[in-house]
Amino acid sequence: MRNLRFLLQKEFRQIFRDKIILAMMLGVPIIQLIIIPWAMNLNIKNINLSVVDNDHSTYSQQLITEIGSSGYFRIISADQSYRQALEHIENGSSDLIMELPDGFERNLIKEGRQTIGISVDAINGSRASIGRAYLGSVINDFNANLKINQVNLADTLTKTQGFIEITYSNWFNPHAEYKYFFVPGVLVLLLTMIGGFMTALNIVREKEVGTIEQINVTPIKKWEFILGKLIPFWIIGMILFSIGLCVIWGVYGITSTGSLPLLYVVAGIYMIALLGFGLLISTYCDNQIQAMFVAFFFILIFILMSGLFTSVQSMPPWAQYISEFTPVEHFIKIVRMIVLKGSGFYDVLTELGYISIFAIVLNGWAIWNYKKTS
Amino acid sequence: MKQLLVFVKKEFKQVFRDPRTLLIMFGLPIAQIVLFGFALTSEVKNIDILISDHSKDVVTTEIVSKIKATNYFIVHEKTMGDQEIEKTFKGGKIQCILIFPDGFNNELIHQGKSEVQIIADGTDPNTAKTMINYLTTILNEYQLQKFPSSALRYQIRTEPRMLFNEEDNGSMNYIPGVMALILMLVCTALTSVSIVKEKELGTMEILLVSPFRPVMVLVAKAVPYFILSLVNFTIILLLSVFLLHIDVRGSLLLLYAESALFILTCLSLGLLISNSTNAQQTALLISMMGMMLPTIIFTGFIFPLENMPWILRTVSNIVPSKWYFIIVKAVMLKGLGFRFVWKETLILIFMTVVLLSVALKKFKIRLQ
Repeated sequence: MRNLRFLLQKEFRQIFRDKIILAMMLGVPIIQLIIIPWAMNLNIKNINLSVVDNDHSTYSQQLITEIGSSGYFRIISADQSYRQALEHIENGSSDLIMELPDGFERNLIKEGRQTIGISVDAINGSRASIGRAYLGSVINDFNANLKINQVNLADTLTKTQGFIEITYSNWFNPHAEYKYFFVPGVLVLLLTMIGGFMTALNIVREKEVGTIEQINVTPIKKWEFILGKLIPFWIIGMILFSIGLCVIWGVYGITSTGSLPLLYVVAGIYMIALLGFGLLISTYCDNQIQAMFVAFFFILIFILMSGLFTSVQSMPPWAQYISEFTPVEHFIKIVRMIVLKGSGFYDVLTELGYISIFAIVLNGWAIWNYKKTS
Repeated sequence: MKQLLVFVKKEFKQVFRDPRTLLIMFGLPIAQIVLFGFALTSEVKNIDILISDHSKDVVTTEIVSKIKATNYFIVHEKTMGDQEIEKTFKGGKIQCILIFPDGFNNELIHQGKSEVQIIADGTDPNTAKTMINYLTTILNEYQLQKFPSSALRYQIRTEPRMLFNEEDNGSMNYIPGVMALILMLVCTALTSVSIVKEKELGTMEILLVSPFRPVMVLVAKAVPYFILSLVNFTIILLLSVFLLHIDVRGSLLLLYAESALFILTCLSLGLLISNSTNAQQTALLISMMGMMLPTIIFTGFIFPLENMPWILRTVSNIVPSKWYFIIVKAVMLKGLGFRFVWKETLILIFMTVVLLSVALKKFKIRLQ
């Protein structure tokens, strides 16, 4: 026990001695937490539209005006030909082209229907599909408001038949604001990076510099050494988590709907799992570059495949399976459940079970693989 | 010149001496590209929906089977009261509840209309919006099909055309971004340790007292990583083409030239970090941990840059991967020529020059 105390003293001294490392651990994450979420907005508005009107009729002009005043679109150009409009898509100034064919009005009145061409820049996937959906709904409204339809609508309404009315509501986030979803995600991510990168680097550094041999020849036990390494980072992680909670309350006005002690218990266990992950990496690597790249490999997978910023359920089944094997996926789920929905202990029990298993397996594996003799 | 060659040879030898590090440095990023290329998609599907059908009549059964027929939803059925809704959402699995009230079909026929209620878990706004869209479309289509007279007599219809991506290949949306992200982080991190490692080990002193010009040390350090990064890029490109089926539409030569330029920019940034720090640990923490999140966000491949507040949009301009991302999309996916990307190219050149000159300035040739 006495050994452990001295080891802890040494670790803390080392951490506090290097001001740059300290800033990287506490300052940079907090600054990122304050700034980055403002950039995370998937709300798509101001879609740039190029219009090619080959008809120049009353209806075509009406439709274009309607689209322009819908609030979703910015009509950036009225082009003479499709070819010309395509230029705008190519140089990125436009997202979609609407092409009204010659005889648009005549066909609409005579045949009752007219198809118009919409070409979207499909490289920009989400923007393209949402732009298309918006345009579709504006055109539907336009259809319903057409004068010739209004006359007919009057007699359909008297005969009233089969109209399904849809009402919808968004719970927990009535205005569908993105910050509620992404801010907890950024906090979790920063915690993950600190825990993963710092522990992995720290121990490998002792290997690379050679000081680990000095520790190995002392009577310090394996578990003492490992605890001595993990405890300081666990404390720093929890401090970071606390500051982070204050920041998201102060800057974004997000407070936990659910129980705060429960949130801390989960975060505490998650930190243990994460430190085990860092430790495990360090036992397999010989130098800092290796450790950093292996940690980078996993953390990027955590970021892109664990549902922090992208949706897990839309991925193919094998990818969802991989996602299940990342501790982050379970932790972010719990954090969102507690903070946003106020879920209780029993709601998060299964996920908490997963995190605990990660904590035990990762640490157990790391301790087993850490050898005092080479 | 001969000196330089000897020196480059030394660097290469050092890199190749440690095959494990080499494998980790270049193997893992390649694995990532493949993984993300197959896994990531911007389409929302497999939404867990709970249908609470209090009516259970012909119409509701038909609507439910329509919803089941799409691959957007995983349908769970359970008739429940309003007080259970909150509990269900708190359980975390169900994301959307669709409620048919009692006597749905009855009202539809006798009163001419019926109401269906969609309650979405709004914690994930993107999924919530999308699923409401999906359900509205399904319900509207059903209504038109079942009651054709409710259709409008005069209609404008749309015929969409997907430019540059006819098959709607989902990996196209992510691959250029992931490529820019990984190249940038990997190249910067690799070079960021190069000089500082010699400082840490003390071998820098030996280099400085040799008759070799100090600036050449920087050049010699950069050359192996430049070449290896180009090899890395080639492998990534081959994988994208043959495994992920993304064709290179534009000029391959132009794509290579632009990539080489981008790699140079990243190497310069790495050298600057290396010259400004005193320990490998610090250099790596700055180039990976510090730069990771900003690079992901400001490259603009997950969150559209147009949506950001103007301050952050301005900040995004100093991130090299943003410009490279634009270039890759234009050249590789849209098949455009140099005249569409000359501006971005100039910006990257400018960045490289600035970064290199600051790095040179920071390069200390004297010991303290």
